[in-house]
Amino acid sequence: MRERTYGARLPGMLVTVLPAALWMLAFFVVPLLLIVAVSFCTRGEVGDIVYTFTPHNYAKLLHPLYGSIFVKSLIISFFTTLLCLLFGYPFAFIVATAGKRLRPLLLTLVMLPFWTNSLVRTYAMIILLRTEGILNTLLRWAGLIDEPLRLMYNNTAVMIGMVYMMFPFMVLPLYASIEKLDMRLLEAADDLGATPLRKFLHVALPLTKAGILSGCLLVFVPSLALFFVTDLMGGSKVVLMSNLIKNQFLTARDWPFGSAVSVVLILVMIAAIALYLRHGGKVDGKEAM
Amino acid sequence: MAGDVFVRLSNVSKRFDRETTVVNDLSLEIEQGRFVTLLGPSGCGKTTTLRLIAGFETPTEGAIVIDGEDVTRKPPHERCVNTVFQSYALFPHMNVYDNIAFGLKMKNVRKDEIRSRVSEMLRMVRMEGFESRMPSQLSGGQMQRVAIARAVINNPKVLLLDEPLGALDLKLRKQMQLELKRLQRKLGITFLFVTHDQEEALSMSDTVVVMRNGSVEQTGAPEELYERPKNAFVAGFLGETNIIEGKIGAVEEAEAVLVLEQEERSFRIPNPGYAPGEACSLSVRPERIRITSSPEVGEAWLRCTVKERIYSGSLIRTIATTVAGKDILVDESLEQRSRSADGDEVFAAWKPEHAVPIRA
Repeated sequence: MRERTYGARLPGMLVTVLPAALWMLAFFVVPLLLIVAVSFCTRGEVGDIVYTFTPHNYAKLLHPLYGSIFVKSLIISFFTTLLCLLFGYPFAFIVATAGKRLRPLLLTLVMLPFWTNSLVRTYAMIILLRTEGILNTLLRWAGLIDEPLRLMYNNTAVMIGMVYMMFPFMVLPLYASIEKLDMRLLEAADDLGATPLRKFLHVALPLTKAGILSGCLLVFVPSLALFFVTDLMGGSKVVLMSNLIKNQFLTARDWPFGSAVSVVLILVMIAAIALYLRHGGKVDGKEAM
Repeated sequence: MAGDVFVRLSNVSKRFDRETTVVNDLSLEIEQGRFVTLLGPSGCGKTTTLRLIAGFETPTEGAIVIDGEDVTRKPPHERCVNTVFQSYALFPHMNVYDNIAFGLKMKNVRKDEIRSRVSEMLRMVRMEGFESRMPSQLSGGQMQRVAIARAVINNPKVLLLDEPLGALDLKLRKQMQLELKRLQRKLGITFLFVTHDQEEALSMSDTVVVMRNGSVEQTGAPEELYERPKNAFVAGFLGETNIIEGKIGAVEEAEAVLVLEQEERSFRIPNPGYAPGEACSLSVRPERIRITSSPEVGEAWLRCTVKERIYSGSLIRTIATTVAGKDILVDESLEQRSRSADGDEVFAAWKPEHAVPIRA
């Protein structure tokens, strides 16, 4: 009886799932496998791919030069995530506890840049921050500085650009999580003698852990791949893994090595997601994204 | 210390958005070790009054003093009161033990002392063995007990209870009423209990404060409020009553004549101190009235027709219509019931001392 029902539903299931499955297969699984395959090949003399198996590309990654790029990428992504969290949590809290009229306005303020083309936004940041930019002009006009601040083409610039770009990805999951937080629990903690700091540490923080973890994942993983921010705001001085990949494919035309770097980056991302699933899944069985 | 004023609210007002007045010039004095209930319909400001004492709200005007200390502007965590919340507000990420231990942890009490006091609390609320359960694994009554233990463990000077039994079913509710009362006697802590259930208020409290529109209507012991309500609102809110409207006629020293024009009746009542011609109502409880074919000398009575008789187990309720068309409720016990039937012409009679004059 049950089998017949299942059998009757099978064509329907195929119709609904098959197109998506084919799409994913053609544009996600196959390219991914190609990248893995190419990463074990050799670069030909004119930048073509020679299909002979070699682990050389991965061995090359062990070189200190690439090692330092790898570590630097992780550090920049880590601090981008940390800064987004430090700015994002209070902001999300204010939005979640704001009045009904103010709340949509504040959310729109976060979302508005999110809907704008990210390249355009990066150029806007450059206009704001460069030596003859708006910020320096204003500060000099106000007499706060004599020499223009060097805000562009260094690690600070890359961090500012990254945090700016990734901020909504942190705020939105945090907002969703804090909005669900029962404010009466904070009152109860206050009633039981908790100071504001302890109220936050013992009640608000553990109960919004899911939002914090989702936000961190959504910021950390993409910021590993944001090559254009590093390119535009860091000049050619700051090179991260994402830039390395881009340069190998487009400039050096060393597709096999570029693929190897990509594979390593993908593994790092998978590790981050696995870490998240391990801890995020435990949060009270609720709202893990 | 018993008998001294322990909690004092002086002319406290709370307005939201500068317009809505929730608590209006409220003054209240609570003695130590008492079980005091704030009773009133929803929206009367009783929960806001409780929140003002807990410190979740700051009064717009007035002062709050607890045990000689002005706490008007103090945050909740600096006040020596604890709250049992309507929704329990147990921390969902902590087990029963950590929930109860929370207050002591915040006061940096030593670990072994916390352990012994938590187990003492668990014994008191009869929840031993539940230490490692999460709140989501508890029933309503169990969550209730944990919420009480979590508040009481801090030895508050006043325990505030915001409709704590509202979410429980009737049977559990009755049981928890008894337990709360027992707990209060045992601990000797001042309880301030908020409810809209008049039966709950009458059966549990030493003192009941009846509130309406952000002000106190009447304060007193349950019997006093039930037997001597100040006005029609208190009389009607605490149990059922018959309000018979009339006008004062002649006034003598100890007695006055109440004239019921529409009923074409007048009878003597104890002098309420009103001037002749002033409107005056009588509140007569249904259980104080009897249905009879011949009223005794000295009884006050109204002529009526039996409209309906309803059997409800322990008593029989009669609805009788007066000459003026007013329905009078009469409750008779099974032994003392009259033998009247629907449509009978009878008298609804009561002793004068059982009728409470109230200003209309």
